[in-house]
Amino acid sequence: MSLLKNVAVVSKECVACGCCENTCPLNAISVFKGLYAKVDLNKCVGCAKCQKACPASVISIEKKEVI
Amino acid sequence: MESKKTWHNYLWIVSALYLVLGFFNILFAWLGLICFMVPLLIAILDGSKTYCNKYCGRGQLFELLGGKLNLSRNQDIPRWLRSKWFRYGFLIFFMTMFFNMLFSTWLVFSGVRELREVVTLLWTFKLPWHWANNSTVSPWIAQFAFGFYSVMLTSTVLGLITMLLFKPRSWCVYCPMGTMTQGVCKLKHKDYITKENN
Ligand code: SF4
Ligand code: SF4
Ligand code: SF4
Repeated sequence: MSLLKNVAVVSKECVACGCCENTCPLNAISVFKGLYAKVDLNKCVGCAKCQKACPASVISIEKKEVI
Repeated sequence: MESKKTWHNYLWIVSALYLVLGFFNILFAWLGLICFMVPLLIAILDGSKTYCNKYCGRGQLFELLGGKLNLSRNQDIPRWLRSKWFRYGFLIFFMTMFFNMLFSTWLVFSGVRELREVVTLLWTFKLPWHWANNSTVSPWIAQFAFGFYSVMLTSTVLGLITMLLFKPRSWCVYCPMGTMTQGVCKLKHKDYITKENN
């Protein structure tokens, strides 16, 4: 069964600074191999805390289908 | 829900202390080499940006000033400032100035030039530095300290300006160390970039 919900989406301009990782209350976002931030769609609730913290403004909150 | 604080959450104190110590004795500037070596070593050996994500006191300091103390306007950073062109361009510029500083140290070491007791802010403004006690060491050791402290002070000032204007950690968007360590990780994990981030 899939679920449509708000989640964080990171664009490829991510600078891998880790600010989002340190802000997310659910540990749903983390920097992957020093390259870019990756969101765990199952954990993310789309609260936008990471979006607010991201200094590069590369996070958007979008509706996505999550399995 | 705030995660429990550990020792590395307080590294901002070390960063702040570093800047203060330079006012008392410029030779403390040498300690700044740690902030150059550790992130690079972590990126090269571990292939990660753990330094930025956990251990960078400078990033924490900006977060504290801009976030907790509310000094930041919290506005989006201009697109050009986060573009690859600017980030890598700034890295090249920064490294050029860094090697220029090493060259000045070499000139003093080889006796071609005398020690210049100035800290250069933003690569332009020369501040006479009277707080320096360098009488006990070779002139080139002091010259490197002046040069290195200039680099650290300049990047702090740039970081403070962008912290005020944009978001607390805007400096992290174009920080040469951050760009360089991400670059190293990109080289180490080429497969993941082509597969997942294009
Ligand atoms: S805060 Fe923004 S730029 Fe930094 S790692 Fe997270 S998504 Fe990337
Ligand atoms: S939107 Fe909220 S839950 Fe999702 S990654 Fe960002 S901070 Fe975490
Ligand atoms: S990008 Fe620079 S200032 Fe920001 S956390 Fe990394 S090393 Fe520190």
